[in-house]
Formats: sequence, structure tokens, C-alpha cells
Amino acid sequence: MKVGLFIPCYVDQFFPQVGIATYQLLEKLGVRADFPGQQTCCGQPMANTGCERDAVPVYQHFVRTFQDYDYVVAPSGSCVHHVRKHYDIVEQSGAVQHVRTATYDLFDFITQVLGVTELTGRFPHQVGLHLSCHGQRGLHQANESEMTPVRDGQLSRLLRSIDGLELTELTRNDECCGFGGTFCVTEEAVSARMGHDRVHDHLRNGTQVLTGGDMSCLMHLQGLVRRQQLPMRVLHAAEILNEALQTTVVPAAIGAEQVVAAEQQVTD
Amino acid sequence: MSHPQRAAAFTSDAERTTWHDETLWFVRQKRDKAAYGVPEFQQLRQLASDIKEHTLSRLDEYLEQFERNARANGVQVHWAADADEHNRIVLSIIKAAGASSIVKSKSMLTEECHLNPYLQQHGIAVVDTDLGERIVQLREEAPSHLVLPAIHLKKEDVGETFHQHLGTPKGEKDPQNLTEAARLHLREKFLIGQVAISGVNFAVAETGAVVVCTNEGNADLGVNLAQVHIACMGMEKLIPRTADLGVFTRLLARSATGQPVTTYTSHFSQPAPGRQMHIVIVDNGRTRQLGRPDFRNSLKCIRCGACMNTCPVYRRSGGHSYNFTVPGPIGAILSPNIDLHKHSTLPFASTLCGSCTDVCPVKIDIHNQLYKWRQLIAQSNALPLGKKLGMKLLSWGLARPGLYRLGGKVAREGLRLLPRGLSHAAALNPWAKARELPEPPAQSFREWYQQTVTQ
Repeated sequence: MKVGLFIPCYVDQFFPQVGIATYQLLEKLGVRADFPGQQTCCGQPMANTGCERDAVPVYQHFVRTFQDYDYVVAPSGSCVHHVRKHYDIVEQSGAVQHVRTATYDLFDFITQVLGVTELTGRFPHQVGLHLSCHGQRGLHQANESEMTPVRDGQLSRLLRSIDGLELTELTRNDECCGFGGTFCVTEEAVSARMGHDRVHDHLRNGTQVLTGGDMSCLMHLQGLVRRQQLPMRVLHAAEILNEALQTTVVPAAIGAEQVVAAEQQVTD
Repeated sequence: MSHPQRAAAFTSDAERTTWHDETLWFVRQKRDKAAYGVPEFQQLRQLASDIKEHTLSRLDEYLEQFERNARANGVQVHWAADADEHNRIVLSIIKAAGASSIVKSKSMLTEECHLNPYLQQHGIAVVDTDLGERIVQLREEAPSHLVLPAIHLKKEDVGETFHQHLGTPKGEKDPQNLTEAARLHLREKFLIGQVAISGVNFAVAETGAVVVCTNEGNADLGVNLAQVHIACMGMEKLIPRTADLGVFTRLLARSATGQPVTTYTSHFSQPAPGRQMHIVIVDNGRTRQLGRPDFRNSLKCIRCGACMNTCPVYRRSGGHSYNFTVPGPIGAILSPNIDLHKHSTLPFASTLCGSCTDVCPVKIDIHNQLYKWRQLIAQSNALPLGKKLGMKLLSWGLARPGLYRLGGKVAREGLRLLPRGLSHAAALNPWAKARELPEPPAQSFREWYQQTVTQ
């Protein structure tokens, strides 16, 4: 199985630790992913601004970069959703069709392709999950409150399977955080207000570590958390799972020490 | 003013924004409860969507069938190509009846056509009889929501308005007392109204009847007391058969307010002996929208307002921030059809979260249409120049890996080197008004990968 790793442009530059965690997590699950160095961006920022025609060369570049892989995996539901849904404006060659169906969000890849729905590991913190709307409603990674009162989803199941990890019950389970791409600057006031409300829902309900599958939402929420100096850490879910798995793969004899060390890393 | 400017003005009152958001979220929750309570709710949505799709696909036939049946019932049917023609027709009916004072129940179409100011200019006194509409009418404001026209106002605001206009005691803010004052005031108006105008929720092609749904019974009071009833409807209000109606009445009230059904579902099919009933069927841009394949299904809308209640942007920016008769997500896909340049910021007043699409009882893919309008707005040169050129430049750079790598490094290193006062200057960087920028790391992922994995 040839897996190409797509690390979104802003993650590459500003959140390398998320890319590293993604790479290492896949490695622990037996997948050696390849990172083709000529990759750039999926083109979503331009398209969501109304300039999808300008983005066509970027789409074509993405397809050229990844067409020879069996799967393309990215730690971002939003970028994946864009490739799958909006690459419909270029000619649907075999390569384009393949890339559109072979591109997976990291957690969908883990649960649907690798068939791993539970993990053994430890992460003794109260974690608040913020799924991106593109992941939630676009890729159907979780039940939607518009449809059913039952709160459930692939990533929340993965997280719940981790020993010691407690998931926060939110007042508003799946409301948008207000990032929205260029929306976050063109509609700055509403965007910031939405993010504020989201963060405080987590705070009120006990979240210590705020997580999600999309660093874009988390970048926005982290920006608010840091500005307001709130007692909450923000980690991509790949970082949590990678961290949790690290604590369990160590031999039993030296386990205790390593677990403490890992926990310190997490709480630092 | 653009949507972002009006929205920023609204959110600047943080406490009021909280109240507005929570009030509408409460309505959204009531909707959820009602929807969860009907096991076949999703099938109902699909059925409603299918009926509307079908009706739109042969709208010409159904309109003619409706007209024939209505005329056979003794109803006078009028056709209006646009708002002006609609207003002229309504005025001519009122004048022919010799009336100088009319009552009007809720009708978003007449809001869309700006009928009230037109009639007032021609010496006709108009009284809106829906409580929320009456409140905003007294305040000379536009409704801020399809179903809850005065939802932007608190009871204290209403108390002040009624004190000024209806003479209630200063400081009176008890909803019961205020409603009672409005009721007494409106009863007088009903009695002197010579002509009653109503909106139309559904028009049934096979019978020629119109159906009006209200919670206050004000449409019935108005119509039954007046000599002349004028029902104003957009041409998309049609459904083929009476048998289809139940699908929509089950969805409408549940989606709008979480009620199983509106208090009054009134069928008007013919004038009482010696009286007149008129129906004015209005196009006003609807045919144009019907001709746009990507946007035609926005005409399925039954005006329940669920997309507003769920929209996280609407709840925090208020209905007036849209500056269009129909606010919220549905307004943002209807308004560019009317005037693309004037409303060019509305399709961008969304994070494309998709919640609107998921609550829509007739399954309009609202967030997809927002995305598509954005493309048309950019192609029509209605984007700000900086944005347009910026996106061109970004696309150019992102198709060139070498340039992208350089650009990324420059951005990261630049952020590391820039003094905080500059990188976080709110005037230069809207992001930084309320948020910190990410802390730029020493190494990018690709640098780590090259050093660690490919070595």
C-alpha cells in the first residue's frame, strides 16, 4: 500500500508537530507514508473566496503530485473535503478521479481503510473535541445534531478508547467555531465572537485539552485561548493519539518512568 | 455598508449579541426536539423536496391550472412581473373598493415589494396586524427574521415603543400586558379595515385555493371583517394537490418554531357572497432564478426561517446586517439574483458550515449555493480588488513548488523576526484584534522530514 502524506500548507509552516505526529502515528499503525516534496496546497483558500478558476493550476499540481499513490492521507478534513467535492471543475481524467476518491482524512483512513476503530494507549486528561464542519457535515465523520440527538462519531470513538481520556460533553455539540477560511479576517468580528463562544463552551464544561481533526479551526481557537490566557491546551487529535500510543508501546519494566515523562511532555 | 461592517456594529454590544444568539438557539433546540420526535422526519424532508422539485419543473402548467381553478371559484387573479406592478395592482384594487385604510397580515412578499411605503405615499393607511410586524412597523424598521420579525428587540424595547405609540405606562415591560395593549389597539384597526391583505403559504393548483398559516389568527380576523381580500403570493408558492399540503404543514411549524402545527391553518378558496377575493401572483426575479440551474432550487423555500435560527453567523450578526428582505443563509442565496453587486458580501457572510442545509425542511443545498454565488461574484468583478489580485497571486505561487517553499519560509521567518507590535497590529492584521498568531516554529514539517526520514 503506497500512501502519500499531504500536509496542508499552513500545517507545514506553522504546525510541523502535527505533521510529525501524523507521520509517526501512521508508522505505529504499520503504514510508512511518503511525503512528496513538491506538494503545495489543495486550493481551498482561493476557491472559497470565489476564485476557483484561478485555483485550477493548483488542483492540477495536486493531482500530478499524488496520482501515483494508492491513498493520499491528510490531517485535515477540510482540505480532504475540498479535493473530494470541489475538484469537479477540472476535466475528470482517470488521475483526477483516482485522487478525488483516494484522498482521506487521517482518521477516516485509520478507521475505514486500516479498519482500526479502537486504540490501546493512555492519555489521562479531559479532552474536548471540536470537529471541523467540513469533517462533520461534509465527510460525515460524526452524527449531526440537526438529524439526531445521539452524539457519536469515528474520531470520538477512537479518543474514547484511550485509557484515562475523558471526553467533554458540550452544551452545543457541533456548532461551527467561526474560522471559515478568509471569513476569519473578512468577517473578523463575527468570526472572533463565534470562536469565543466555542472556547467558553469547552471551558465551562471542563475541557483541559482542546482537540480536533483540523488545525485551521484549532489555530483560530488557539489564537483566542492564548489571547485570553485560558487554562486550556490545544492539540491536534493526531498529537494526542500519537502521544497516547507512545506511552503503551514501551516495555513494562521501564513503563512507569516513560509514562510519567510522556505525561510531563503533555502537561508542559 | 457591507455585511461585515453591519455585523461588527451588532457584535460590538457583546451582551445583546449573547442574548440574540441564545434566544435563536433556543428556537433551534425546539426545532430539534420536534424533528427528533417524528421518526420519518428525514423522509418527509425528501418528499417535500421532491414535490417542490416536481412543481418547479412544470411551474407554468401548475400556475395556469391554479389560475383557472381560482377564477372558476370567483376569485380575481392578477399577474405581476415585478414589485412595481404588484404595488400598482394592489393600489388599484384598494382604490376601486373606495378604501383608505387597510389591514395586512404577515407577508414577506409585500415586504420584498416595499408595499407599505408605496401605499402610504398614495394616501392609504396600512396597519400590519401580526404582532411582531406591528412592532417593527411602529418603529419604522424592517423585519429582522422571516418568522419572528421583531426578534432583535427585547421586551424593554417593545415596552418603550408601545409607550410612545400606544400609550402604555412608561417602563411597562410585562409581555402579557404589552400583548393585551397590542390586542386592543389592533381590534380597532380590524374593525375599520376595508380591505385585508394577506400573504400566502401555499397555493393549491388543483383547487385554486390559498392556505395561510399564522399563530395569531390575525389573517382570519382581517379577511373575515373586510369587504375585499387581497392575497399576495410569489409564484413559487404552488403545490400540485391538497393531498400534498400535509407534508408541508407538518414540516413548516416544526422547522420554524418547534410547534407540531401552526395555530391557524386557514384555507381561502372563494369570496363570501357580496365580497371580493383577489390573488396577485408575483414574479419579481423568480423566473430568472428558475433559469439558473445552480440556484433554481432556492425557489423551494417555504419561509420557515430554520436556516436563520441555526446559522451561527445570523445569530451573532442580526437580521438587519443582511440589509435584504429575507435575511440569513436563504437571503444570502436569493439576494444576488436580485442585485449581485449590492449584495455581494452576503454569500461571504458564512463559514460554509452547512448547518442551514441540514435543517432546511425542503432540502435546499444552501451552503453549496453560497459557494457557487461566490464564484459568480468573483467572475462578475464584484470582489474587492485586493482580494481578487491576492487570490490570483496565491494561485500562481501555489502552482509552483519552489516558489511556495520560499514563500512559506519567508512567511514563517518573517513572523519570527517581526516585532509583536507590528505582527499583531490590529489595524494591519484583523486576525490579531482578538487572536494571537501561531508561534512560528524553527523548522517546517518538510525540513523535519528531509532531515529525519529521507536521511
